[in-house]
Amino acid sequence: VCIHRVRSCSSIRVIKSKSVCVFDKSALKFSHQQRLFRTSAVSCGQIVQFKLSDIGEGITEVTVKEWYIKEGDSVSQFDSICEVQSDKASVTITSRYDGVIRKLHYSIDDIAFVGKPLVDIEIDASKGVASEEDVVETPPMSHEEHTHQEIKGHKTLATPAVRRLAMENNIKLSEVVGTGKDNRILKEDILNYLAKQTGAILPPSPKAEIVPPLPKSETVPTAPKDKALKIPVPVSRPIVFSGKDKTEPVTGFQKAMVKTMSAALKIPHFGYCDEIDLTQLVQLREELKPLAEVRGVKLSFMPFFIKAASLGLLQYPILNASLDENCKNVTYKASHNIGVAMDTEQGLIVPNVKNVQVCSVFDIAAELNRLQSLGSAGQLGTSDLTGGTFTLSNIGTIGGTYAKPVILPPEVAIGALGKIQVVPRFNGKGEVFRAQIMNVSWSADHRIIDGATMARFSNLWKSYVENPASMLLDLK
Amino acid sequence: MVLQPSLKNCLRLSCVLRTPKAGFRSTARGALIIQSVSNDVYQNLAVEDWIHDHMDLEKRQVLFLWRNSPAVVIGRHQNPWQECDLRLLRQKNIKLARRRSGGGTVYHDLGNINLTFFTTRKKYERMENLKLVVKALKALRPQLDIHVTDRYDILLDRHYKISGTAAKLGRTSAYHHCTLLCNADKFVLSSVLKSPYKGLKSNATPSVPASVKNLFDEDPSLTSEMLLDAIAKEYATQHQIDHHITLINPADETLLPGINNKTKELQTWEWVYGKTPKFSVSTCLNMAYKDSVLDVKVNMDVKHGRIEVCNIDLPEQWLPPALYSELVKSLTGSKFCPNETTTLVTTLLRVCPQDDELHSRWNLLCENMIMLM
Repeated sequence: VCIHRVRSCSSIRVIKSKSVCVFDKSALKFSHQQRLFRTSAVSCGQIVQFKLSDIGEGITEVTVKEWYIKEGDSVSQFDSICEVQSDKASVTITSRYDGVIRKLHYSIDDIAFVGKPLVDIEIDASKGVASEEDVVETPPMSHEEHTHQEIKGHKTLATPAVRRLAMENNIKLSEVVGTGKDNRILKEDILNYLAKQTGAILPPSPKAEIVPPLPKSETVPTAPKDKALKIPVPVSRPIVFSGKDKTEPVTGFQKAMVKTMSAALKIPHFGYCDEIDLTQLVQLREELKPLAEVRGVKLSFMPFFIKAASLGLLQYPILNASLDENCKNVTYKASHNIGVAMDTEQGLIVPNVKNVQVCSVFDIAAELNRLQSLGSAGQLGTSDLTGGTFTLSNIGTIGGTYAKPVILPPEVAIGALGKIQVVPRFNGKGEVFRAQIMNVSWSADHRIIDGATMARFSNLWKSYVENPASMLLDLK
Repeated sequence: MVLQPSLKNCLRLSCVLRTPKAGFRSTARGALIIQSVSNDVYQNLAVEDWIHDHMDLEKRQVLFLWRNSPAVVIGRHQNPWQECDLRLLRQKNIKLARRRSGGGTVYHDLGNINLTFFTTRKKYERMENLKLVVKALKALRPQLDIHVTDRYDILLDRHYKISGTAAKLGRTSAYHHCTLLCNADKFVLSSVLKSPYKGLKSNATPSVPASVKNLFDEDPSLTSEMLLDAIAKEYATQHQIDHHITLINPADETLLPGINNKTKELQTWEWVYGKTPKFSVSTCLNMAYKDSVLDVKVNMDVKHGRIEVCNIDLPEQWLPPALYSELVKSLTGSKFCPNETTTLVTTLLRVCPQDDELHSRWNLLCENMIMLM
């Protein structure tokens, strides 16, 4: 029944003000029938001056505020052309015709007059039945064009394909309830109408294309030559993919990532991974959580990881250093400003906790709370985001075990923490016990850090985290 | 129509909630009064969009009653930087929304009620609607001195604005909505609607500031419920329908298919900030650095909420030229948004020479720039 010829013309109603009407046609011929369809707007059409219609309330002038189309764009009837404003009322002007915009009579902020031409539209030479449509059901992204036909003085909106289906089944469109926009009659409405009439859904015209059945498509019983034998034959529509590639400039957060990562590429990374048994820490945190809550702070595992890292950095200060561009000097940073990778709506940001070397676990937890709430509100300041010397990324909150984190210049090391999993392990006595295991993946700058240093740091950090009581010995 | 079957369900639900015996037939004649159960400004604006796009108002007009938790609502063609104190908004967690109708900026909180009159385009008549509101208020409290001006404001005691109006007209339908100050926080209202901006040039619709007063200041015995009820009653009388308010949930996708997409769209940066008409910023930063104060002239053109052109007049060599051009290059095309700019400039700092002096200059300049946004 449906000759599938896809022509998509993006709707003029603009959601992003940057979008323009792209007149994109692709003709997919599925039918055996040779039907000639016009594909392009004929250049020798009639130019009509579309005048600004009455706004109401006796208003004679409006200000043009936004154009949704530009000269050369194709429009369909009912597409939005522009937005005008008059005395606190914002009015969307829609096109009365199908055609191509040839001239805009006003610029933004000009005063437009009711009754005077707003745009010149070149109307297709043979309008009406000629325009092709993309038949329904596609998700809201797709764009439909409909022709407007008068049937016995009663205006009904329906695509030619739908009208043909109605005609083949001797249905008066005026009797069908349309469920589409503006009471448009859709194919479903015809089928529903038929179902109600005959108690069965009749198939489309036998001349239709036989399309290979798709596994999940609707099944429609065949026209009974033999009424007793109702074998469902899937009548599937060829999959119409109306998506288009979308190119947009890299800006904002992405731009920032591009810069950082391009610089990070210059650093020769090496990785070192290990498995951490958090069983004791999990228990400790359970005990301390309510104490912290009483003081108004949410306690996660991160404050412990961060403090342990700082204790480790005291022993291996080269991991808290920075190499200058020419690799001539290494600067050992006095402050442990430990960055915490945060995932926000806009992307990755890394605020840091300043001077962890003089902070208690509680201080760190409170500071993390502050950074997290600012981060989710998009209100982190420059000082929160600069000055970091070492970074931890808790990717485990989202998932994953091992990772290959990328060092954030000008730092020289980074650690990625996987998720905590409950797995069986053997204890000292050879017994199986329930362990809470997390994986850590370190990356370091191999120009100034060697594997042994990283390994020793990791072991020290691991010992603090696996046995939190040992942190007490070294706390300053 | 898509709405019909689900609206019947909704009406049945409302029947259970309010008047158990009322059949929907009696309320579905000529007009419909609905009230939102949500106080989320985006959800409520989305309901307006939905009704405007999907309901057939030929047979039945609609009155929509809604209230919002604290929010600033700017008109379709306005400039938020020009209209309100964005920093204060962010601090106080007050939402910012852009509506689709024209007009000026308003502050909403639960002490303000919003009324939207939906009609076909042909029956669009603002004065009639406002007269209805005044009639309802006077019926409730005859001694109130209220009247409608020719600017479609409602004034109390000839002087104080208690209601502002805006409208949206589409191809076949139209709506006129207005506010009504019952018991809003006037202090927050005046501080939040004051823009600290200087040096902003724009063709965006400016708001006309007005002295405001709450109806409650005049008569403390009034409540929002009483006002809503009085207006609904008057509307019902004028449209010859039952005085019956149907509650709707703006998150209900079955009742209002597609509503959640509309809500989301209203919250996007592209809509709220990106729809600002082109404007330019021309100002002077006074930066206190070490023992002196630097006057740095800044000129920026912002289109679609993004920086199109950026000029910062720094003393020569105050920043290494390469770094300066990196800054300008990064800012160009980027959103005129403090969050995005903060991320960009702090990232740039990672890849430039690690010099404390340089870093402190950079931070100073960038913080001042971010203050502009």
